[in-house]
Amino acid sequence: MMKARCMPAIRAFGQRIFKARESMILVVFILFCVLLGVIAPKFLTVRNITNVIRQFSMITIVAVGMTFVIITGGIDLSVGGIVAFVGVSTAWLLVAEHFPILLAIPIGILLGLLIGLVNGLLIVKIGLPPFIATLGMMQVSRGLVLALTKGYPIQPFPQDFLNIGQGAIWFIPIPILIMLAVVIIAHVFLSKTTVGRYIYYVGSNPVAANLSGINVKRILFIVYMLAGLTSGIAAVILVARLSSAQSSMALGWELDAIAAVVIGGASLSGGEGSIFGTLIGAAMMGVIRNALILLHVSVYWQNVVIGLVIIAAVAFDRLRQQRQVR
Amino acid sequence: MDDTILRMKSISKSFPGVRALDDVSFEVRRGEVHAILGENGAGKSTLVKILSGAYRRDSGEIELDGHPVEIHNPSHAQSLGIAMIYQEFNLAPHLSVEANIFIGREPRRGPFAIIDQRAIHRQSQKLIKQLGVELDVTQRINTLNVCQQQITEIAKALSMKSHVVIMDEPTSALSESEILTLFSVIRRLKQEGLGIIYISHNLGEVFEIADRITVLRDGKKIDTQNAREVTPEEEVQKMVGRDIADMYAKREVPVGEVVLRVNGLSSGNMLRQISFELRSGEVVGIAGLLGSGRTELIRAIFGADRKERGTVEVVGYKHKINRIGDAIRGGIGLVPEDRKEQGLFLGMPLGPNISAASIRDVSYHGILDRKKERALAAKYVEELDIKIAGLEQLVLNLSGGNQQKTVLAKWLARSPQILLLDDPTRGIDVGAKQAIYRLIGELAATGVGIIFVSSELPEILGISDRILVMGSGQIKGEFSRAEATQEKIMSLATTSTMIACEQEPGSIAQEDNE
Repeated sequence: MMKARCMPAIRAFGQRIFKARESMILVVFILFCVLLGVIAPKFLTVRNITNVIRQFSMITIVAVGMTFVIITGGIDLSVGGIVAFVGVSTAWLLVAEHFPILLAIPIGILLGLLIGLVNGLLIVKIGLPPFIATLGMMQVSRGLVLALTKGYPIQPFPQDFLNIGQGAIWFIPIPILIMLAVVIIAHVFLSKTTVGRYIYYVGSNPVAANLSGINVKRILFIVYMLAGLTSGIAAVILVARLSSAQSSMALGWELDAIAAVVIGGASLSGGEGSIFGTLIGAAMMGVIRNALILLHVSVYWQNVVIGLVIIAAVAFDRLRQQRQVR
Repeated sequence: MDDTILRMKSISKSFPGVRALDDVSFEVRRGEVHAILGENGAGKSTLVKILSGAYRRDSGEIELDGHPVEIHNPSHAQSLGIAMIYQEFNLAPHLSVEANIFIGREPRRGPFAIIDQRAIHRQSQKLIKQLGVELDVTQRINTLNVCQQQITEIAKALSMKSHVVIMDEPTSALSESEILTLFSVIRRLKQEGLGIIYISHNLGEVFEIADRITVLRDGKKIDTQNAREVTPEEEVQKMVGRDIADMYAKREVPVGEVVLRVNGLSSGNMLRQISFELRSGEVVGIAGLLGSGRTELIRAIFGADRKERGTVEVVGYKHKINRIGDAIRGGIGLVPEDRKEQGLFLGMPLGPNISAASIRDVSYHGILDRKKERALAAKYVEELDIKIAGLEQLVLNLSGGNQQKTVLAKWLARSPQILLLDDPTRGIDVGAKQAIYRLIGELAATGVGIIFVSSELPEILGISDRILVMGSGQIKGEFSRAEATQEKIMSLATTSTMIACEQEPGSIAQEDNE
């Protein structure tokens, strides 16, 4: 009898461990880093690590916005397009219109927010599936970028602007600082505020959320706007880092962002995910790319490996869930 | 010697930490309906899942037609002639009835083995006719109501030349008249010589349809008896293992002032000119068949659906109730029809499920206070005796009764003035039902006005102060507690010429936020 009574407690404890899927991913990530450090000692140099983090910092920022969207059970395919659109618009304001930096950047980011708002309108007001609405907006924003630039890169930029992507405070590159700020704010927002909690409710069961008095539409608007916002922030850093704004920038970023979120333990059916997990997911992809370079694997093989990692991460998770159910 | 088709001998099955079945023997004869009774967790589902190939037994034997068999998996069970009709149907919603009946086993013809549509059509019609019902086999599943879908499932089982049909809570989503149709179908199956295993919580149904009844409790078989030789009361005692003095235990509570006024509520054909009042401390039962408009009425009062005309007023609240937000702020709570689909956040822990409607109370300027949230959840876990391993446990893993208590707790956390309960005891075990009746009584005693919708007349009669009977979207009549009887209610509820298993296409879940 005693034994039977203990079982639920043990099971619940097990669930808590499983629930912390992020900690699992973190362990895998650390093991991988250690292993890599042994094979390629160059990996564990401050210089290399700073480089790697700077490289995945922008994807991480985009993926933070994507995390909100995916937790509601949605998806945003337009984030790459938003990055390009905001990047080119900001560049154009700076270079062609000679706007001051402190005006051009907010306007650019606001444009990102605006596209997010349009996504929200299409999804909430018209009722389009998120996949379709954001697929459309991806094409629209990419098309606008081409129309605006006619394919030519926009440059040169004032040095103050370039510092956002290339400078450092003390020895930490500014993109990394911005990423850390975004990640911390987003984490607090998602895990400590009521709106953050509503995002989980909406993703877990929109019908029950509605019947519990939660304004589901408002939450959906918020998450798509946040995805636009974070894409806008990433866009500014990217342009400053590349010293030029091109129509082809951030190609395929939507997929990298989705991959980071999913590797980080979120479920595409909604209700699960965390900012911390997303950060690890993005870091994982960044480190793997770096590993392939350090190990002199051909660039052409990189995508194959990244693809396999995504599949392995999700498959692993699925298998674990199935075992739990049985 | 005998006409026993299926014999299960000394079956045992353990899951980690639980002995789900302990030396259970069970048999089914040709042409009989053998009911299995038991509370949730008694082992009913485990037993039939071993039969259907979903679980493997640990020990014991299974004989089919006198030959020992091993059931490897669900499709093997099917090929042996054991068909399972699940609570959730396994139908392809976008295909027709006939396509579903023969799915994966389509008759072929010609050298290229083309699917023989004509044969499918002919044979499906024959099967449906065999069941004694009217159903257009070319209709798509998603245009059918639950009853018609179930008939499709049964026809499918029949088409597989099944000898044993297992029905797990087949009536949980059916209206009274649809249940009658199902029963006539079951009687046909008996005539055809099939053995039927019937699992239900509803004693009334079991006694109406079953030839023999086996009671399970805590994984052990209590006994098997002919249905004619036992009374429902005896069986309940065996199931629960203790005396139930008074199932409903109605508390007499002084009825107070009017708290809710519903005035001329109308919405298309679903609701027509509904007016009534609810007083504090009063339990108003709403009786009516599925599709009578009872769920629509509840949703309209809660502001979940748009109404065409009429008003809903909470006395003492300044606004008319037009949206869910108004209702909640006005002190109304809703326990919806389908707890899993509409009431719970299944993948989330218990705590957030309980606090879902009171997030403002457990936060400060938009920042969550987790300590407060846990305290709130813990309070209701204790008050409602929700059985859990810890507040972190996912609601997914709770039993039906504990899940329903969780939904109730979500609203109790807001100290509502008015509670709308839409069939709150559906599919939960006797013990949990009793707990919910007791809770309703306690809430009424503290002055909460309660509207209680149910498919089970005995419980409506048992706990209501006043009973409204609905049909065709109207209030057909009203009885006081003293004058109401099952017969009076049924005759009123069915006057709307409800022909069994007809119209009212299965719920079209059009939530406005999707």
